[in-house]
Amino acid sequence: MTRLFAWGSVILGCVFFALPLIGMTEFSLRMRRGEYSFDAYAVVLADPRFQQTFGYSVLMALATILVGALLVVPTAFWVRLKLPAARPWVEFVTLLPLVIPAIVVVFGYIRLYNTSSFLPLTGSATGTNILLMCGYVMLALPYMYRAVDTGLRSIDVATLTEAAQSLGAGWITILAKVILPNVLTGVLSGAFLTFAIVIGEFTMAALLNRPAFGPFMQVLGANRAYEPAALAVIAFAITWACMGLIQLVTRFTKHTRAQG
Amino acid sequence: MAFLEIEHLEKSFGTNRVVKDFNLSVAKGEFISLLGPSGCGKTTVLRMVAGFESPSTGAIRIDGKDVVKLRPNQRNIGMVFQAYALFPNLTVAQNVAFGLKVAGVGRAEREARVVEMLRLIGLPDKGPSYPFQLSGGQQQRVALARALAVRPQVLLLDEPLSALDAKIRVSLRAEIRQIQRELGITTIFVTHDQEEALSMSDRVVVMNGGVAEQVAEPFEIYNRPATRFVANFVGQLNRIEARVIAPTTGEIEIGGTRHMLGRSLPSGDVALALRPEALHMGADPARELNLTGQVTEVDFLGSVIRLRVDVAGNRLSADVFNRPDAPPPALNSTVTLSASASDLIILTA
Amino acid sequence: MPIRSATSRFRFNPHWLGLLPFALFTVLFLVLPTMKIVVGAFQTPEGSFTLNNIRGLNTPSILSSYWVSIQLSLVTATLGCLVGFMMAAAVILGGLPRWVRSPLMTFSGVASNFAGVPLAFAFLATLGPVGLVTLWLRQEFGINLRAMGFNLLSFWGLVIVYLFFQIPLMILIIAPAIEGLKREWREAAAILGATGAQYWRMVALPILFPSLLGTFALLFANSFGAIATAFALTGPQLNIVPIKLFAQIRGDVLGDPHLGYALAFGMIVITGIANGLYIWLRVRSERWLK
Repeated sequence: MTRLFAWGSVILGCVFFALPLIGMTEFSLRMRRGEYSFDAYAVVLADPRFQQTFGYSVLMALATILVGALLVVPTAFWVRLKLPAARPWVEFVTLLPLVIPAIVVVFGYIRLYNTSSFLPLTGSATGTNILLMCGYVMLALPYMYRAVDTGLRSIDVATLTEAAQSLGAGWITILAKVILPNVLTGVLSGAFLTFAIVIGEFTMAALLNRPAFGPFMQVLGANRAYEPAALAVIAFAITWACMGLIQLVTRFTKHTRAQG
Repeated sequence: MAFLEIEHLEKSFGTNRVVKDFNLSVAKGEFISLLGPSGCGKTTVLRMVAGFESPSTGAIRIDGKDVVKLRPNQRNIGMVFQAYALFPNLTVAQNVAFGLKVAGVGRAEREARVVEMLRLIGLPDKGPSYPFQLSGGQQQRVALARALAVRPQVLLLDEPLSALDAKIRVSLRAEIRQIQRELGITTIFVTHDQEEALSMSDRVVVMNGGVAEQVAEPFEIYNRPATRFVANFVGQLNRIEARVIAPTTGEIEIGGTRHMLGRSLPSGDVALALRPEALHMGADPARELNLTGQVTEVDFLGSVIRLRVDVAGNRLSADVFNRPDAPPPALNSTVTLSASASDLIILTA
Repeated sequence: MPIRSATSRFRFNPHWLGLLPFALFTVLFLVLPTMKIVVGAFQTPEGSFTLNNIRGLNTPSILSSYWVSIQLSLVTATLGCLVGFMMAAAVILGGLPRWVRSPLMTFSGVASNFAGVPLAFAFLATLGPVGLVTLWLRQEFGINLRAMGFNLLSFWGLVIVYLFFQIPLMILIIAPAIEGLKREWREAAAILGATGAQYWRMVALPILFPSLLGTFALLFANSFGAIATAFALTGPQLNIVPIKLFAQIRGDVLGDPHLGYALAFGMIVITGIANGLYIWLRVRSERWLK
């Protein structure tokens, strides 16, 4: 009885989740009348705007991951090591981006960093790119921080640090050679998740008027029929790949830990 | 007339038979322990009595009524778990009152029963506390009160002391036994700790490989183990390899020396088993067995001194009482130990 | 923690300097921008204090956009919690084989992040006017969804689309909490005479309550601030707050830039209330935790 109900709800759920995926895949193949073809994909992939915006978003994602890791790893490490009292506060701050809508934050950016402000970031393309990247770091902060902090929890930060110090290592060496390898799983998990979020992000890029992949998809969606479905399939594949990589990384580390 | 009857109980998980033809009848008010190593099937038997597992075949009757078809919540059984299993979101009083509340007992009666139960376990002031505010021993006593509050017909205790510190374990042991006697409740206690089983029970069931090897009072189990497994699992045992010269008179040879036991023996080679405390220091013509050997180890444990003596290749443990006037023998010295033939356990199987 | 740090706050702890980069970053890119909105909501363009911006929200169009947004968030958070909880409970407690669990969790990770523009495309291709399911129902069964009043670009259409990321998010967060329910609790309740329903009502749900509440608040905020999906689905005309704010930022269609501040401030207030409520209820319900 319970089992029947359990199977029922899982199967029903699977249908709900499978249908849109089947729908978009089928639709993306329908461009040529009367037969299935990859025409929509060919059109999308050949579109120079696709190549430009996709390349832009990939670069953005990589920059976000780099800056985010540089910001989060030392902070999480330092809080664990020297400032346990600050942990609730830091955790609270890292959760704020989940509560304050991104559109509100980016609105604040536009007003705060306009050409006549103390930090006129929106005045130049480079400045706006930096601003957008900082916004993405903010968006990724909750995931990045938690992933890294979970990694730190599983190792004895204080003992490892003291051991390294007693061997004459400096702070940079400790972070790069002792702490980072141990929290690499967390950093990589956070990185892939960040990639998945940034690659299709729409609101911030659109409002800061940057040529990113998200706004491009939206514009294409407003004007074309079959290409958007192809884009959706591509975006879904990227998300899936990112999640798969997280699993792979986690499993791989577990494996090597078990051997070691 | 037995109160709790278990007949031809069997349980298989797939092709793995974990309980094989288990039979037991428990009198009303009796305290029975199921003792055995992990994986021997003792917990499975208990869970079948509780109703968490259903038997492959066999019958379980409580007060003459077959309960196999009943769900756990219809059996009127109390149970205490190894990991306390108190509901963390409820206070101590609410935990104790839980069974009464779901049974629809009125508030006034519930409160009275909670007071009574908390007094019984010696925690009358802890009603408003939450489980996390209690020590392990206190939590387990609350779990006992919760199980008893519904006035169950049978109380099941699933290794209730294993998660506790050694000291609390011993004191709670006595407390549980006293409460059980006071209420006269039929109890089955599962444990892998022989000391617990021997000290608390009216009768002990020693289990191995899904089979009850022996069902008897603690004194019997310890002194007259029915099988080799029981002899080895319960208490410490010395084994002496001997050759029987004359089976009728009980003349044997141990390492070239002959001894006359004066009781009949099977012929051929036998293993003689002896508890460490059955060996006494010094030669004693009144005892049939006098063995001379070399001391290889001396453990001074306080009231008891544990000696290891090598007798013709048999390493024997001997527990002798400490005597202030006689220091323990020196290492490598030669000593003679004596034992009565009636203390010998003859293992043939 | 707060008591101890209150006494040590008077002495300067040089270790706090290590937080400087993080603090600087969050102040510049999270705190200050938010403060700018909050302050701006109470300022005239010349910089003096006013309540006129807030009063300006009191138009039928803006109020209804808030109302639709709140309804949308409440409905999708409630349904997301319910369905997600049921699926997670079914997989963990329903006696399903273990191999079901890992794919479901991975998929939840994917689906909860598969939001935004592409999600809208996926649903358009499925339930849109010429979508797969729409055509299939019409051809095979003669059911015309549109004639029956279903429209993907409506409130309930949006609810269905949002559930695609709300349900998996719930599953991801609640699954570990359900796994934390000990088997002994269920057994202890059963042996004390409780039915399955009594166990859930008196033990399991109260234990899960803080997690359920927290996830609900998160799902609420998640839906309240979401814009990309709705925008890609319906364009700028759908009357929900984030889209109104989006249009306002882009083209100042409301005419008054400070009304935008007020609009954004209202969003902060509402997600703030949702989370404040969550924290308050959580503290109340967690007396039994350390």
